[in-house]
Amino acid sequence: MELIFERSRPGRGSDLLPPPDVPASPLPEAHRRAAAPRLPEVAESEVSRHYQAMARHAFGVCDGFYPLGSCTMKYNPKLGEDLAALPGFTGIHPLQPEHTARGCRSVLDRAGAYLCQITGMDEMTFQPAAGAHGEFTGLLLIKAYHVHRGDTGRTVILVPDSAHGTNPASAAMAGFTVRSIPSTAEGLVDLEALRAACGADTAGLMLTNPNTVGLFERDILAMTEIVHAAGGLVYYDGANLNAIMGVARPGDMGFDVCHLNLHKTFATPHGGGGPGSGAVGCKALLAPYLPGSALGGGGGAQSIGQVRAFHANFLVVVRALAYLLTLGNTGVRQAAEGAVLNANYLKHRLEAAGYSSAYPGLCMHEFVLTLEQLKKQTGVSALDLAKAMLDQGMHPPTMYFPLIVHEALMFEPTETETPETLDRAAQALEALLKTARENPQALHAAPVTTVIGRPDETAAARRPVVRYGFEEG
Amino acid sequence: MNIPTELRYAKSHEWLKEEDGVCTVGLTDFAQDSLGDIVFVNLPQAGDAVTAGEAFGDVESVKAVSDVISPVTGVVKAVNDALLDDPAQVNADPYGAWFIQVESVTDTEALLDAGAYEAHCAEEG
Repeated sequence: MELIFERSRPGRGSDLLPPPDVPASPLPEAHRRAAAPRLPEVAESEVSRHYQAMARHAFGVCDGFYPLGSCTMKYNPKLGEDLAALPGFTGIHPLQPEHTARGCRSVLDRAGAYLCQITGMDEMTFQPAAGAHGEFTGLLLIKAYHVHRGDTGRTVILVPDSAHGTNPASAAMAGFTVRSIPSTAEGLVDLEALRAACGADTAGLMLTNPNTVGLFERDILAMTEIVHAAGGLVYYDGANLNAIMGVARPGDMGFDVCHLNLHKTFATPHGGGGPGSGAVGCKALLAPYLPGSALGGGGGAQSIGQVRAFHANFLVVVRALAYLLTLGNTGVRQAAEGAVLNANYLKHRLEAAGYSSAYPGLCMHEFVLTLEQLKKQTGVSALDLAKAMLDQGMHPPTMYFPLIVHEALMFEPTETETPETLDRAAQALEALLKTARENPQALHAAPVTTVIGRPDETAAARRPVVRYGFEEG
Repeated sequence: MNIPTELRYAKSHEWLKEEDGVCTVGLTDFAQDSLGDIVFVNLPQAGDAVTAGEAFGDVESVKAVSDVISPVTGVVKAVNDALLDDPAQVNADPYGAWFIQVESVTDTEALLDAGAYEAHCAEEG
């Protein structure tokens, strides 16, 4: 399809802005650019068609089944959009006096109180803009805690080998050294290895529960106790909260700090449709270090400082609060139960169809298949199967993650899928497995129905083209 | 799969060649094949200390980022900077595309010969 720059013609444009009715006030010479920015010049009708065409070529939760594991691509209720578009929320200015923005303050307070209730934390900040930003903020809280106690030798963050890649990255960004904890053959954290890794240099442990293979860490109380006994704190990665919200609370498991992905668990737009919100909750012992904002509270003398301008992605919090108020106490629990039920149903159907689970038995909100045997027998890889799913009108699951499972496909159907959708997905995947055995070449060639088949990912990573190549002159 | 008999191998899929007290380290054919197309390589600098059994760099493929583990303890004598610009060499010629050379070696991991490494790869699938 044509790029917006290719639709551009000199002098063309839109009359969205009226001519200026005040005298022009030029910028100081030093701040003026030498040449005009080469922005595309396109009529409004052409801009509309351009974005409409892009939307047709994309795939969202409203287009079909989207079981992207670890991402919780649940349906985002339109009610949230209506409420976030209310002029009282969209028309405010971040610097207007607090007493004129009490409705907004109330949204932050109420959403914070509900999320504290769900997580078992004492305080909540909405400053971080996304999950990894939340991890970084939470780790700065842990660092501030140790440093303010004069306990400066705690420089190591422990991370299981099944963790989200952002965990070690965030720990490194926050200035910690990362030590990896192996998993057992069952897919759970190795308790003895954790015990052996803990010591006087332990700042904390980062953990998601259920973990990235969709299993509940049964020994969670023992784990948090081991880390606390060594003088460390425990961080809960909220990426998988959808499996347990309303049922079990990270705060009760011994976690001291957590982040939540409002854009996953609490049904706010996600992926290209963001922005996100990586709200961070903590126990009272970390509250003095929370980042502050004029409306959000916090920000005392020991605060780590603001991590985002003003009140961060406020309208995301409006949507999350709308979602919580719509579901209510029992609805939140039902959503988690539905997510776990749907994942187990699909897992069972796919196992019956001949797929191999990486870990047998019941799962939580997601599960991991391994196509290692299929690849050995037929040459069809997890990538081939994922690409072939596109031709069946489904978004592929997460591939090649977690790294501890070979040829991994990670499915997370979420609670918002109907049994019929799950049945159709299972039937389509059963048919693909048959094709893999009878005509593997067909799957190597998939997808054939999409605008772009197989982009050259290697060339894209080795020689990325990140700006439009204007014809010079 | 190519497993030269004159080299020694770590279970974490690095190869090691020792010549006149200098150890050259790279990734095996099995490793590059499992990783797929490698798009970035991170290397230490000459003069850095490396420790047997610990990561000295990492490689990124279109699938994942993986640590590269040093089979020896010592000091980095030289790094193969050419890999930074052209990581595809690791896929094309895994035993030519060395990562680092280590001198002042004080410790070496228990390494496998070609036959034992081949058996180890067969086990990992």
